Formats: sequence, structure tokens, C-alpha cells
Amino acid sequence: MAVCVAVIAKENYPLYIRSTPTENELKFHYMVHTSLDVVDEKVSAMGKALVDQRELYLGLLYPTEDYKVYGYVTNSKVKFVMVVDSSNTALRDNEIRSMFRKLHNSYTDVMCNPFYNPGDRIQSRAFDTMVTSMMIQVC
Amino acid sequence: MELCGAKRLGYFGRSQFYIALKLVAVAQSGFPLRVESINTVKDLPLPRFVASKNEQESRHAASYSSDSENQGSYSGVIPPPPGRGQVKKGSISHDTVQPRTSADPQEPASPVVSPQQSPPTSPHTWRKHNRHPSGGNSERPLAGPGPFWSPFGEAQSGSSAGDAVWSGHSPPPPQENWVSFADTPPTSTLLTMHPASVQDQTTVRTVASATTANEIRRQSSSYDDPWKITDEQRQYYVNQFKTIQPDLNGFIPGSAAKEFFTKSKLPILELSHIWELSDFDKDGALTLDEFCAAFHLVVARKNGYDLPEKLPESLMPKLIDLEDSADVGDQPGEVGYSGSPAEAPPSKSPSMPSLNQTWPELNQSSEQWETFSERSSSSQTLTQFDSNIAPADPDTAIVHPVPIRMTPSKIHMQEMELKRTGSDHTNPTSPLLVKPSDLSEENKINSSVKFASANTVEQIGSNITRQRSHSGTSPDNTAPPPPPPRPQPSHSRSSSLDMNRTFTVTTGQQQAGVVAHPPAVPPRPQPSQAPGPAVHRPVDADGLVTHTSTSPQQIPEQPNFADFSQFEVFAASNVNEEQDDEAEKHPEVLSVEKASDPAGSLRVAKTDSKIEEKTAASAPANVSKGTTPLAPPPKPVRRRLKSEDELRPEVDEHTQKTGVLAAVLASQPSIPRSVGKDKKAIQASIRRNKETNTVLARLNSELQQQLKDVLEERISLEVQLEQLRPFSHL
Repeated sequence: MAVCVAVIAKENYPLYIRSTPTENELKFHYMVHTSLDVVDEKVSAMGKALVDQRELYLGLLYPTEDYKVYGYVTNSKVKFVMVVDSSNTALRDNEIRSMFRKLHNSYTDVMCNPFYNPGDRIQSRAFDTMVTSMMIQVC
Repeated sequence: MELCGAKRLGYFGRSQFYIALKLVAVAQSGFPLRVESINTVKDLPLPRFVASKNEQESRHAASYSSDSENQGSYSGVIPPPPGRGQVKKGSISHDTVQPRTSADPQEPASPVVSPQQSPPTSPHTWRKHNRHPSGGNSERPLAGPGPFWSPFGEAQSGSSAGDAVWSGHSPPPPQENWVSFADTPPTSTLLTMHPASVQDQTTVRTVASATTANEIRRQSSSYDDPWKITDEQRQYYVNQFKTIQPDLNGFIPGSAAKEFFTKSKLPILELSHIWELSDFDKDGALTLDEFCAAFHLVVARKNGYDLPEKLPESLMPKLIDLEDSADVGDQPGEVGYSGSPAEAPPSKSPSMPSLNQTWPELNQSSEQWETFSERSSSSQTLTQFDSNIAPADPDTAIVHPVPIRMTPSKIHMQEMELKRTGSDHTNPTSPLLVKPSDLSEENKINSSVKFASANTVEQIGSNITRQRSHSGTSPDNTAPPPPPPRPQPSHSRSSSLDMNRTFTVTTGQQQAGVVAHPPAVPPRPQPSQAPGPAVHRPVDADGLVTHTSTSPQQIPEQPNFADFSQFEVFAASNVNEEQDDEAEKHPEVLSVEKASDPAGSLRVAKTDSKIEEKTAASAPANVSKGTTPLAPPPKPVRRRLKSEDELRPEVDEHTQKTGVLAAVLASQPSIPRSVGKDKKAIQASIRRNKETNTVLARLNSELQQQLKDVLEERISLEVQLEQLRPFSHL
């Protein structure tokens, strides 16, 4: 189950970040922030070939004692970062992928909304609902 | 009307008016319409009336609606002094403020005094207005009441703009209309009046967008069924739609819709939410139905209704038959819908299920669509995917079971699309292609994907070419040209060279892990090779069998690996024994890897889907064999699909892979293709196969990965053993 989900824009500022409100969210914010470096590192490493070949799913960015951080980047350099609880018997990689896919789909839907200006904070209720469902249960 | 004794007086006297109002409230609340009910029901919600007249009325109504709660008690207040009428007029002007709360009860009274005059005013104030300040409308109310009154004074004969409704009506009807505006319990007659009034208004209003919004508000304010669109409302929306998009079957682009709805002066956040609700297919454009739903929501919001979390059933765009029936049913039944005029639009939970039924299907398809669109970089694939939904089940079946997430690899998608030019298979294929990419390292993924895509492409193309491609790589190639180019990130057709390169590269990588497999693989193809080409061909028009048979013979992991995906894709189709044999071989290879289980599950899933597509017999047989049975069935199917030319280019790429297949391919052409008989089915099956292929390829790569890991562990353990061995000797 994801304890924190974040959507980072191309310029590396957060478009959407949400954590399960159990503990201090600042810690998660910090983790997401530090994971951006790892994301960039992976992107640049993979990107030496054509961008098209680059996978969108980055996989486990880095594990910590309690959490694991997964990353996903879209073709427009919008990054999704997900922090999951390690104690949660390791989610299968495919499950993480499916979660990111859902995130990506919801993000696309948000983008389709003409009233949404790219670069704004995401305030879509549908997006919130989807993220909530991901955080409440393992996708 | 009779209840309130109008008959007795011949007009709506004050008391009668009040009674009528109460009756309206009762009726709106859903209570039986009885005189007694007025007294018994204390907290009648303020009756909602359609703002048939004009914006001002709606505005007033809005304010009134807010007052309705307060005015529940006024049901007990009966006819205020006639002097109220004037009061009302004054109060009307304060539309936005709603100080009228106290004046509301008066309003009914005033009409009583001069029914012809008051009605217009009362409705105004009653409109739910407080929810949202209708910014510039404040002036309107002032003007509205005035003109309304006068026309009304003319005995409803029709006159003032927008009040045309009123005109031409006999005294009772206008009163009814008027009553409708006011918070009087609407009777059924009143409701019927609304349409007329609304209609007139519609004609009157076609002016500025602001006005329009008000009008709409007005029209929609009669939310007996809060979310039902009345006919006149719908007509109005349609007219508005035409102003933006003359073609009623066309779309309104997002930007135009944004401008249009921004005029309603709702906050952007709410407009954004409305858009989310109304853009049903999430395509960034509004169809007529979606537009009407959005407009309706805007009007509702302007009238103070909170936006629902989910799109109400009556606003759902006509997706499928269920939708149509639901929407149609809603329209006629608008009378006396709900007594809950409150903000919260009643989410039609009871009716939702029916929609939900259709919805799941749509969701399904939309999911598929989404997944595909995710992968494909062009809208073409999306479109194709939609068409896939309808066609053969195998496609959808394949899609569902496939758990693997396909990486939306643009390259693959592009390649697939290029390969499949004009074919609908791209969608299914690309996702499949994408999947494999996720499984292994880049190269591996690419190669596998290429294989998968190539395989799938082959399906689309002529089987022959496919066979040739397969056979190209196998040692037994009799005359197989290089395998069809696997879709590579860089190019579609010309990927043959790249494929080879890739294969060589990947081969090196895979060899380590694959080494164990090659030995196992060759034996398998051998037995099947001979019979395969001969048998497969004739058996299936697809000739995929041969393909599959050759692929196992390919030996190197890669070809097999690629073949697996192919096989899996076609699993269900093949009935040939060889396919089973090959399936066995494949399982063998796969079993070597630890990850056979997931592969098996995938394959089984694919098999299931394949079974649907192709012969059931082959599927069971294959399934019995193991996970790989999927592979053989798809092959024949693919072959058949491959009959198209697309396979040709792919053939080149498959050189490495299919040596035996080449032989089979060669014989393929001779097999009479019954393909022509059902092109569509074939294409559908091709798509499915491709999808399965992709999935299987991905699974394959994953398994390969696992295999490598296992081998590494083994090596490390051996090293340790070696280190320990000297001690044992001691």
C-alpha cells in the first residue's frame, strides 16, 4: 500500500503530493525530494539511447529501512513517485507497475480537462479518489 | 388548483394562493396532494419552480430556494395582507440579498392581490439564488419584476419578452406558471406549464452568454428530478451547442468549451470538476450529450445545487443501449420528481446500477483503451482499440487476463503501428510488445518485444512471411527468408538488421542465462520440425503451427523466447499436435526458469483467451501440456493473419529466429487461407494474438531475468563450494 504518492512536474516542483496522514508528512516530502535525484540519474542513464526506448517505469529507486521508493516518469518528464511501506509484504513489481499505470491514466484525464492549466496543482477530485484508493489498499 | 379552492373564488385569492403554494411544496416533497397535508407537513421545502420567465426569475427563485428552508414554516402562514404585493416587488429587486426571507411569505400574498402582477416577482425571489451570487443579474431582477408584472397585468396574454409564456394563458395557467416560480407547491399542472414557459424563454433568450447562463439556470432550476434535463432545457442546450459546433454529431473541443463555460462565471475549480464529470469518455472534447450534461451541471451549480461526485444517471451520455433507455425514461418522467430540491442533487443510486452495468463494460473497454493508449503513441491505436472492444472476444479476453503491465513504449508502439499500417492490430500488439520490454533489460526487452511485435506483426501480415522469418533463424531453414523484422524502437520495417544486431547483442546477454536452455530447446523442435511443417500447414489455415514448430527449433533462446510470445499469443488457435509438442518444449524451457509459474499463469490466461479465439480442442490439449500450449495455438492463428503483406517486412527481422519456421512458412502459402472468409475475425484474432504475444513476451523476459538470477546464485554457490572444498580434503 502506498503511503505517499507524489506527482512532480518537469521542473521538479510538486504538482500533487499526498501521504497517509499517519505520521509527519514532512518526512515523506523529504524522501520524495531526495528521490528526484535518483530519478534523474536513472533517466539520464537510460536516456542515452533514444528516448523512446526508455522505459517509463523506473522501478525501485532506493530502499530505506522502512520504506521503498518507486519511480515512474512519463514522456513529458512528469514524474510519479510512490513510497510504499516495506513491511507490507513486498508488493510485486507488477502491482507497482499497475499502480503507476493507473496514476498515469488519471493524470492523463486531468490533463484532458481544458480547465486545468498544466503546471497547476492538481485539484481534480477524480484524481484524489484514485490516489485514495491506492493508498487504502494494495492495488 | 381545485384543492385550494380556486374554483370557489375563481382566481387565486391570497389564501388560495397560499394553499396552492403549500400544495406545490407538498407535491414537490413527494407527499400526496391533499389539503390536509398542508397542515400536517410543517417543514415543506420551498417549492421549486422552473424559472420559466427569465433569469431574474431564476435568480429570485434561487434566493427563494435558499429561503425555502426558512420558509418551511411559512406554510402555516397564510395569506399575508394584500399589500405584500408591493413589498414583493421591492424585495425582488434585492434579488441577491435575499432579505426576502420574511418577504417570501408575503410574496405569495402579493400575487394574490394582483395575481397577474405578482407571479413574476415571486418566482424571481424564490429562485435559489443564494447559493451563488449571480453577479450582474442583480439588476435584472429589478427590471424583471417590472416587466413581468405588467405583462401579467395584461392577463397573461402574452407579451413581454420572455413572458410570452404567461401570455396567451388563461388566468389559471399563468397563475400556475407564476406559482411555479413562487414557492408554491407545484401541482402537476404547474409542472406541465413549465415546459411551455421554459420553451418560450428559450426562444427569448439566446442572447448573451451571461443571460444564457441565467436562463439555463432558470430552466434547470426546476429540478424536480434534480438532474433531469427537461425537454426545453435540452432544446436550449442543443441550440447552444449549435452555436459552438454546428454539427450535432461533432465534438466541441476543450478550448471552446472552456471559453463557453467560463462565461458562466463559475470558479475554475468547479468548472474543472464539471468537466471531469461530463467528459464521459475522457477525450478532451464534448459530444452533444456530454455538452448537455455539462451545461445542466453548470445551471444546477448556478442555482445552488452542489455538484455531485458522480455523474447523475440522467446526465450520462448515451453510451450504450442502457444509457439511451435511461435517458429517455428520465425525460418524460420529469413531473413530480422529487421533493428534495435541496442542494444535494439526489444521486440516483437506484438508477445508477443500470448505468453501472453498462459502465463496467465501458470501463473495461476504457481500461483496455487506456492501457493501449498508454502504450501507443498515436491516437490511431486508441481508435483501433475501441473497435477491438466490439470484435471477437479473444482480443478482450486476452487483454483482461494479462496482468502484466505493458510499458508504454512509444517506440514499440510506433513500430507496431508502422507495421500494421491500417490494421487494427496495432493496439493489441503494441501493448503486448510493450510488455515484454518491461520484463527484461533494455536489450532483452527490446529483443523480446521485437520478437513479440514482430510476431504479432507477422500475424497481421502474411503467415508465409512469418514462417519464413522464423525459419530464417533455424538451422532447418529450407528457404526461409530472414524473419520479419521485429518492431524495434527505431524503425518498423527496416528493423530486420537491427533485430539481428539486437539479437546478437541480446544473445550475448541472454546466452548466459539462456545457455542452459538452448540445449533443451533444440531437441524439442527437432521432433516437431519434421511433422510441424507438414502437418501444421495443412491443419491450420493460419499455419501458425508451423511457425511455432519452427520457432522452437530455432534453438537459441531468443528465437524460442520470441516464439514463446508468439505461441502464447496464438495458443488457443492451434490444434495441431505439433503445437502441443512445441508447447511441451516450450514448457520445458520455461520450466527451467524459476518463473515458470507466472509464465504459466500468463500462458494459461492466454490460453484461455486463445481458446476462445481458436479451436477449443487445441487449447485444452495445450493447456494439458503445460504453460506453453499457448504458443502453438497462436501460431497457426498468426500464420493466418500473416497472410497479409505486413509479414513480409517482418520476415527479414526474423532471420535468426525461425529456421524451421521458414520451411513451414514456405509451405504456408500453399495452404489455402480461409482467412478471406472472415477478415474481421482474423484481424481481431490477430490483435488478440498480438496482445497475448506481447504479454507472453514480457513474461518471458521476466522469466529470463529470473533465470539469470538463479544462475548467478548458482555460480556464487559453486564458488563458495570450491573455496570450501580444499578444507574437505584435509
